[in-house]
Amino acid sequence: MSEKKYSKKHEWIMLDGETATVGISKHATEMLGDIVFVELPEKGKGLEKEEKAAVVESTKAASDVYTPVSGEILETNQPIVDDPSNVNKDPENNGWFFKIKIKNKSELDTLMNQTDYEKFVKDNPN
Amino acid sequence: MEKTALYNFHKNLGAKFVPFAGYEMPIQYKDGIVKEHISTRQTAGFFDVSHMGQLFISGSKSLEQSLEKIIPLDFKEIKINQSKYSFLINDKGGVIDDLIITRVEGGFNIILNAACKDNDTKEIAKCLDSDSKYELKKDLSLVALQGPKSETILESIIPGVKQLKFMNGDYFKFQGKKIYVTRSGYTGEDGFEISLSNTNAENFTKLLSNKGAKPIGLGARDTLRLEAGLCLYGHELNQDISPIQANLKWAISKRRREEGGFKGWENIQNDLKNGVSKIRVGIKPSGRIIAREGTKIFSSSGDEIGVVTSGTFGPSVNAPVAMGYIQSKFSEINNKILLEVRGKKHDAVVSKLPFYKKSYVK
Repeated sequence: MSEKKYSKKHEWIMLDGETATVGISKHATEMLGDIVFVELPEKGKGLEKEEKAAVVESTKAASDVYTPVSGEILETNQPIVDDPSNVNKDPENNGWFFKIKIKNKSELDTLMNQTDYEKFVKDNPN
Repeated sequence: MEKTALYNFHKNLGAKFVPFAGYEMPIQYKDGIVKEHISTRQTAGFFDVSHMGQLFISGSKSLEQSLEKIIPLDFKEIKINQSKYSFLINDKGGVIDDLIITRVEGGFNIILNAACKDNDTKEIAKCLDSDSKYELKKDLSLVALQGPKSETILESIIPGVKQLKFMNGDYFKFQGKKIYVTRSGYTGEDGFEISLSNTNAENFTKLLSNKGAKPIGLGARDTLRLEAGLCLYGHELNQDISPIQANLKWAISKRRREEGGFKGWENIQNDLKNGVSKIRVGIKPSGRIIAREGTKIFSSSGDEIGVVTSGTFGPSVNAPVAMGYIQSKFSEINNKILLEVRGKKHDAVVSKLPFYKKSYVK
């Protein structure tokens, strides 16, 4: 398994072979507050990098979740649809959103590693 | 941006602030909206509502007649220390603001929405004669304590408050100073609203916290009032909506519904006589889909019939809840409707209000 990377829109991605798992960062969940609704993409759907992939809603507002890489949706995490508080409980592990068959691995190079992401969050509060 | 007297107290409690009606107000604290909501329903929560207007009006015998021009209540019916929910009405019969008015010694106290309070004061002043006096109190804070443990907590700080009945108030003493307490609130729970001087506000609120009440932000205040089916000005109510459309006929006193004599009466009378073409309803989406403000409402045959004015996830109902305006002929309870969310139509039903059953002490 490779290093976890982060996007500027607060998604995390972890590559395992040709498949990457995507979710939203702990920082994102802290900004959103209690998540009460999740809508995930359909399996088999093809998405381009930074295209809208999912929706999360807190008690306050709805936000889009984007895919940090291009590819095809292979699997989605039904337990976070059934109980959206699972995202708040463990955003960067069990609270994953979808697995995507990655089209172009070089897209990962445009993303931040954990240290860079932490700095990005600090420099860009909210 | 203005700050209430409790700003630093909120900050120390880890509040997240948002600008609201010109004030920096806590939207939530460390617990987050859902936990704050549940704490209020299960134990007790306190809310800083000092941004709301506290307008004190005194005057001669004609004061009641003056106020009756703009507030559709029967002022003779309001006993000393009794509170009533009503509105300021404009010339078209629309709502300038919703309010709670309490008869106190020498006059009336009116609680007004923060965003409307300055304009409200002007509108009320226009109706008063020259020997009436009015003051929007800047030296007072307002703290709400809501939830089933409110009575026990407040009684331990201010003995005697448990005698108060819902929508009644009285003066009490706190640390040697006169304060005014009403049994009221806007969450669907039993509770109190405490009006006290800014200099005392932090001391008092700390005591509430020490006795186990949790700090509650504007976020949970909104989910609580929505579950309770209560209107929020700027959402369910505005200058173009009549109280009859808002399904708040009960907040116009019986005599006033018969006699009129207040602004916008012609339109209100017409609404009362002929019915309204659109009306406020509760909406329960099926599944977990949340219909936010602005969501379009369609009939089961696909015609656009209305719009959502407030919508969120109700933590105590454990389901999404909404309110909105729809054409009256579709407003029957359990009527099937469709909500357009992110381009797709989702099933929903017209629901009775409140979504969450109240437990007021009568």
